[in-house]
Amino acid sequence: MTMQVGLAYHRWRKFKSLIMSVVSFVCALLVIAPLGLVLFYLIKAGANAVNWNFFTQLPKSVGESGGGMANAIVGTLVLLGLASVIGVPIGVLGGVYLCEYGSDKANWWIRFGADILNGVPSIVWGIVAYALVVIPMKGFSAFAGGVALGFMMIPLIMRTTEEVLLLVPNGYREAALALGISRWRVIVRIVMKTAFKGIITGVLLAAARIAGETAPLLFTAFGNRYWTHNLANPISALPLQIFTYAISPYDDWHRQAWAGALVLILMVLVINVGVRFLTRERLSETGR
Amino acid sequence: MADIATTEPRSTEPLPMAPPARIGDGLFKWMTLLMAASVAALIVIVGWQLWKGSQLAVHKFGFGFLASSTWNPVREDFGALPFIFGTLVSSLIALIIAVPLSIATAVYLTELAPPRLRQPIVSIIEMLAAVPSVIFGLWGIFVMIPWLRGHLFPWLEKFFGFLPVFRGPIYGVSMLAAGIIIAIMILPIITSVSREILRSVPDLQREAAYGLGATRWEVTRIAVLSYAKRGLCGAVILGLGRALGETMAVTMVIGNRPEIAASLLAPGYTLASVIANEFTEATSDMYLSALFEIGLVLLGVTILTNILAQLLIASMGGPRSSRAVQ
Repeated sequence: MTMQVGLAYHRWRKFKSLIMSVVSFVCALLVIAPLGLVLFYLIKAGANAVNWNFFTQLPKSVGESGGGMANAIVGTLVLLGLASVIGVPIGVLGGVYLCEYGSDKANWWIRFGADILNGVPSIVWGIVAYALVVIPMKGFSAFAGGVALGFMMIPLIMRTTEEVLLLVPNGYREAALALGISRWRVIVRIVMKTAFKGIITGVLLAAARIAGETAPLLFTAFGNRYWTHNLANPISALPLQIFTYAISPYDDWHRQAWAGALVLILMVLVINVGVRFLTRERLSETGR
Repeated sequence: MADIATTEPRSTEPLPMAPPARIGDGLFKWMTLLMAASVAALIVIVGWQLWKGSQLAVHKFGFGFLASSTWNPVREDFGALPFIFGTLVSSLIALIIAVPLSIATAVYLTELAPPRLRQPIVSIIEMLAAVPSVIFGLWGIFVMIPWLRGHLFPWLEKFFGFLPVFRGPIYGVSMLAAGIIIAIMILPIITSVSREILRSVPDLQREAAYGLGATRWEVTRIAVLSYAKRGLCGAVILGLGRALGETMAVTMVIGNRPEIAASLLAPGYTLASVIANEFTEATSDMYLSALFEIGLVLLGVTILTNILAQLLIASMGGPRSSRAVQ
């Protein structure tokens, strides 16, 4: 009798275990489903609207069909360039400090600070750039957008740089120092050179991350329907243009928004996937 | 031997490069220190700028700003309560949806999935994390909202309409829609941080439980989940931090109406989306200052949640958050 009860209970436990496995599998499917749904609709609605004109023409005014987002695509690249001018040197050198010089305690605080900065909402960076650049310059500008995005890049790049520098074997540093090469040259010529691919990876991932940011640009770069050759003028960006078109009431603009979104996500995903492919190769080479 | 003998005299001569290199060493170290310290400087700059910009509103409204629910730019009477309410409710909905899904997925990935499947699923989740907010917003407006309006919301009203939260006219754009879109956006971060936490649970824990004859689920529940409790709380709070600050997608689907409605099917407004929508329209100094103060509230809340999350995750001895998601 007790034997039977025990057996039945055992079966029930086994069954419960199976059920929970199935449930967690279904949850995993549900988590990855949104990516499939978003990509499906992006391709379905965006593929028709992406054409040669999209990459070469300026936006048309309301009522006229056609036109493109050439200025927004270039604007995004300009903003990424400006952001990199701020984010890359500060982020990379900060990462060098964390890996090569910092004491454990100082590093803990700096990493903690970087993680806190990572958690600051992107719209707040927009306000900060507005206060720092837009108000003194008395107008929206590409500079202001670059500052907002550059600030966001710093903690991202700092953390990835530190990580890839830590992967460089200590033997390299010791061997180079033993040859009498000064420390900073060892770091720049040996350590950073060895980890170069990894540092670039981190920079590209940070660029991919901020390339899709809209909120910090709303009242810094502001957007522009025309070409601009002056960085002190408002400039357009792909995510900004997508936002403006998406909330507009015009069907033609909606089509353009889908096309812009398709181009933007392709940019972001190509960088992400390509970079991960490169890193995987590098890691397997060094035997990790 | 002969080689060494011939090179020896040369090595006693002073190397011409040595002195400038020493200066270079010091300079380089201080330069990198300066760059690393910019993290602290940035935190101070962010806080200071928002504080400075909001002084006008802080002095006029005091703490009443946080408790008042009028938002009248014409009469320059501002209160942040509807936005605080909207931010909290939409984030809460997002957590209710996202937390069970992400933790179950993390469990699946660390405990159950066949090794061949793990890396592809992790990669897909990383890609989901890379999708820009504005694209979720676009998808939300043209795909999700019509579906919610046509299918889910009428169904909710029909079967759960006796609850005040599911009653009232259906617009599509709503608090619930915002919660769902935020949930999708915080799934990747909660999943990947939880996964790192579960991976840091020592195998000895699992082996001990298996040794006692526990089934797979019992091992997961008793040996893994209860061991990782604190870290998982950290992962959830980190997700909350992201949810509170989420801007674009929310702005596009929440309806942007500064009202405190009982129904989740009614439009709402959040701290982040009021800044996004009205910052460029703020014509008067007081209006702008009120928006700065809303930014300050948002910054304070997100920084506090992030500090709490980082401390909880660090107390697990597990890897830190940004390391897990990069």
